[in-house]
Amino acid sequence: MRHIKLDKGANGVATITLDNADESMNVVSAEWLEEMNAAIADLREDAAVTGAIITSGKPAFMAGADLKLMVEGYGTLTPHEAYEFSQKATAMHRALETMGKPVVCAMNGLALGGGFELALACHHRVIVDDPRAVVGLPEVNLGLLPGSGGTQRLARMIGSKKALDLLLSGRSVGPAEALELGIVDQVVPAGQLLAKAHEWLASGPSAARAWDEKGFFMPEMRGMIVPEVSMGYSVGVAKVAGKSGYNYPAPGAIMSCVFEGLQLPFDKALSVESKYFAKLLTDPVARNIIRTTFISKQAAEKGARRPADVPKSQVAKVGVLGAGMMGAGIALVSAKAGVEVILIDRDTATAEKGKAYSEKVFGKQVAKGQMTQDKADATLALITPTDDFAKLEGCDLVVEAVFEDMNIKAETTKKAEAVLPSGAIFATNTSSLPITELARASARPEQFIGLHFFSPVDRMGLVEVIKGKQTSDETLAKSLDFIGQLRKTPIVVNDSRGFYTSRVFRMFIFEGAAMLEDGVEPARIENAAKAAGFPIGPLALLDEVTMELPVKIVEEAANDASTVNKYTIERGMPVFARMIELGRGSRKAGGGFYDYPAGGGKHLWEGLAKEFPPAAVQPDQEELKKRFLYSQANETAQTLEEGVLETAEDADLGAIYGWGFPVWTGGTLSYIDTVGIEEFVREADRLAQAYGPRFAPSAWLRERAARGEGFYPEPVKA
Amino acid sequence: MQDVFIYDHVRTPRGRGRPDGSLHEIPAIELVTQLLEAVRDRNSLDTALLDDVVIGCAQPVGEQGGVLARGAVLNANYAESVAGQQLHRFCASGLEAVNNVAAQVATGMASAGIGGGVESMSRVVMGYDSGAWVADPAVALHNHYAPQGIGADIIATLEGYSREDVDAYAVESQRRAAASWDAGHFARSIVPVKDVIGEVILDHDEYRRPQTTLESLGSLKPAFTGFAEMGFARVAKERYPQIDELVHVHTGGNSSGIVDGSGIVLLGNAEFGKAAGLKPRARIRAWASIGSEPTIMLTAPVDVARKALKNAGMSKDDIDLYELNEAFASVVMRFMDHLEVDHGKTNVAGGAIALGHPLGATGAMILGTVLDELERRDLNTAMTLLCAGNGLGTATIIERV
Repeated sequence: MRHIKLDKGANGVATITLDNADESMNVVSAEWLEEMNAAIADLREDAAVTGAIITSGKPAFMAGADLKLMVEGYGTLTPHEAYEFSQKATAMHRALETMGKPVVCAMNGLALGGGFELALACHHRVIVDDPRAVVGLPEVNLGLLPGSGGTQRLARMIGSKKALDLLLSGRSVGPAEALELGIVDQVVPAGQLLAKAHEWLASGPSAARAWDEKGFFMPEMRGMIVPEVSMGYSVGVAKVAGKSGYNYPAPGAIMSCVFEGLQLPFDKALSVESKYFAKLLTDPVARNIIRTTFISKQAAEKGARRPADVPKSQVAKVGVLGAGMMGAGIALVSAKAGVEVILIDRDTATAEKGKAYSEKVFGKQVAKGQMTQDKADATLALITPTDDFAKLEGCDLVVEAVFEDMNIKAETTKKAEAVLPSGAIFATNTSSLPITELARASARPEQFIGLHFFSPVDRMGLVEVIKGKQTSDETLAKSLDFIGQLRKTPIVVNDSRGFYTSRVFRMFIFEGAAMLEDGVEPARIENAAKAAGFPIGPLALLDEVTMELPVKIVEEAANDASTVNKYTIERGMPVFARMIELGRGSRKAGGGFYDYPAGGGKHLWEGLAKEFPPAAVQPDQEELKKRFLYSQANETAQTLEEGVLETAEDADLGAIYGWGFPVWTGGTLSYIDTVGIEEFVREADRLAQAYGPRFAPSAWLRERAARGEGFYPEPVKA
Repeated sequence: MQDVFIYDHVRTPRGRGRPDGSLHEIPAIELVTQLLEAVRDRNSLDTALLDDVVIGCAQPVGEQGGVLARGAVLNANYAESVAGQQLHRFCASGLEAVNNVAAQVATGMASAGIGGGVESMSRVVMGYDSGAWVADPAVALHNHYAPQGIGADIIATLEGYSREDVDAYAVESQRRAAASWDAGHFARSIVPVKDVIGEVILDHDEYRRPQTTLESLGSLKPAFTGFAEMGFARVAKERYPQIDELVHVHTGGNSSGIVDGSGIVLLGNAEFGKAAGLKPRARIRAWASIGSEPTIMLTAPVDVARKALKNAGMSKDDIDLYELNEAFASVVMRFMDHLEVDHGKTNVAGGAIALGHPLGATGAMILGTVLDELERRDLNTAMTLLCAGNGLGTATIIERV
């Protein structure tokens, strides 16, 4: 056996120690299931064995399944095969709990997903008193559900209401809360874990679960005959829809599992759970979520895009030029990563204001108990606010975050390079200015790179890394190492106006404005965006970022010979011009597309109907959703075609973490694959006819579609 | 098709549908039993002439389940041969029960019967009936289910009805109900309810608040903001994406009241009238049921009115009086606006906002009310309508003979 060890003690107690031979974490795999089945059969048949302990040989108890396996479910498994896949794991857990001998789960560390499902299938759960030892069933966040009996055991142990709270949020809980909830039975000091497990086995416990005893009853088993049960589901459904709309099948499936399952005998309930699991596993949404937000994200963080031959580096001292919102945020995350920060602005007072942001954020974290005062003080001490460029001496890297103006940036670059060590990297945090152009101010353009952070920096995980024409591999590798220190997720793109994220994101706000021009009622524009899964409507967003911003960006692009006709836009500009003319260019201006009453809240400005008269016939919501999704997806494809993007993974990570493209799609290119590239091109042609050339697929995309070649390889059946 | 006539109708008074309501100690079957006895006794009816008793109910579970109609037939000592049937079309159940008996008589498969409804909302609390449409997670998600109060507020939002508009409607309902009571217009049809020792426990509609003013209503808090915040606002916007902000105007004061009560209608063909020695009071001209958008679930009256008019070969102006259940103020206002019907001929005796809405019973009760009004005003035709759960709607057109 490779992943577990089985020891039989002289006292009749057998110990199964989970210890994955290939990975640092115990995970569910086909091989592991077989080994567990063999061990269970052995223990059942061995008359000398009176009980068993399951524990782990790793720091953690056990995490979930191999996610690569889950991604391959869609496209390779029929629903029935997916059902059988789930039933296989379910059967192992069921064999464990019906083997006729008591089993205690001794959790020496975190137990999540499949790991906690294993714990739930034991007769008793003991966990170490360690805040890192969290337990939970986070499958919903993968677009899946706990399919090895997790929904059924949890609901029978603590009732449907508490179970659904855990299952629908996917949140994990520490030992104390787990005990209070009744999902673990004992919390013990680390040194006593196995002793307590033995103690429980010695107490002569029953080897039958409550639901396998005659007469087991809970009111929920009567389903909606119980008014509180039916009311609970009525409201539960609304909560799910209210939270994430109708794009995610997992929460509904989880509710159905618990609702249906509690009305069925246990084994039938397990079978129904497997069927719902099969539905989710063979649905592209789970595939999309897992592929982008887990597999691609982790790969990016582990250096998927890092030139391999450059030795690993670390930034000990960073210079941040400009202490505005972006600079202040970059200083904060750098200090948090233990990096010494020189925060520079035109005068010390302004620089100090930038540092004060960290003080404010840390203060809140201390108040919430997320950070100690000592840690906050030590971290703050790493930031030196100053107006003195000489202090940049010894910096391994600087991030320039001054005003978005070529001349100011050029001047700053020169001033910094005058002091910086010769090997230092100069990174600019521009969101759209061409890196190669900016690098002209640099004496060492091969050490010049774009690091596009997102606002607010301390909460947004993405960094868009932009290579200029002369940026060296070494510079890229070191920059990625720095991003790794900050624990952020990088994507790597080539230089072009707006790079990738700003360029495609603008399609969202311009499409919203174009709809307004087309006579679409503003509420329909906002609701369609939200229904598609965007976190906020384009009009509300424009009020926040100001309408002057896109106007300025478009004008700059139009004045640049190299980007004219590429980074300009077809529609929407007259809307911004008119709104600005009306003095309603932003929320800051006192109100834009929305009014912001003093008492709080906001509602669409009534004058919009006069300025942009609604058409007599209003479009279908599905059509509006498509306009948002297709315009951005098509622009992304073009960005890949031009070589600005190099990989589909970068495209999708950037879309989801850069500007909130709906997670269910897996990202802009994943969306095209989900629709099917042939169908996408067909539909894009129709949209281009109806709304303009921004939807028109390029010849390159058309040829790809003709070959049936999507952006990710077709899954291969394992 | 045979002509179907209404020979008589009676109803109980409406008791507050709460534990402090006068009818709370009276089981639902008892309400129906006492009405069956009353209609038999005041018409000296040989109950063996009846084929069926159909009783509608919006919560046909517990004491209101198990074909309550058959239980009541036996309880009232009707002839054993009289069949009984339970009918469920949510709030339109009582009217649909009348239409069901009418259909049996019209086809010649029955010669007479009683259709009506009952609801003891204090005893079988709203929600007990549940059902997949609201509570099965998969179905409720698919259905975009939202509570009716949300639907009423969606109507107000889409139609632009302000709080003052709906409150003004409610005040008028109270005024009309008070006038009807003061003038004794309900007296002929009300059967006081008696308790176990035979004493009258309720002889009037006790839910009314005749002193209601715009001002007093204005102080009430909107009733459905809590539901909206739970997530139902998002559900509403998925169905009605033209809504920016859901406007909450409905309160307990401009929505139908929760009450207990029952109503029944005696129907039969011409031969039955002769055999029973009864004179018909009206003829059933036509009826219809329809489905409409289920998230609002309150807009069916307009469509079902048109359908019933078509079935009758009539136009909307051929109808002298309209009686539309006042589920919520916005329901009736939208109906009058969209069908272009004058408030002066709609709900002339006051409605459920003032009197209360005993769900499954209301249809039969208001059919009787509008017939009484036709006779009192010497008019000829009336349409009774109700919106009902999950987007259903039912209408019946009657004509005096």
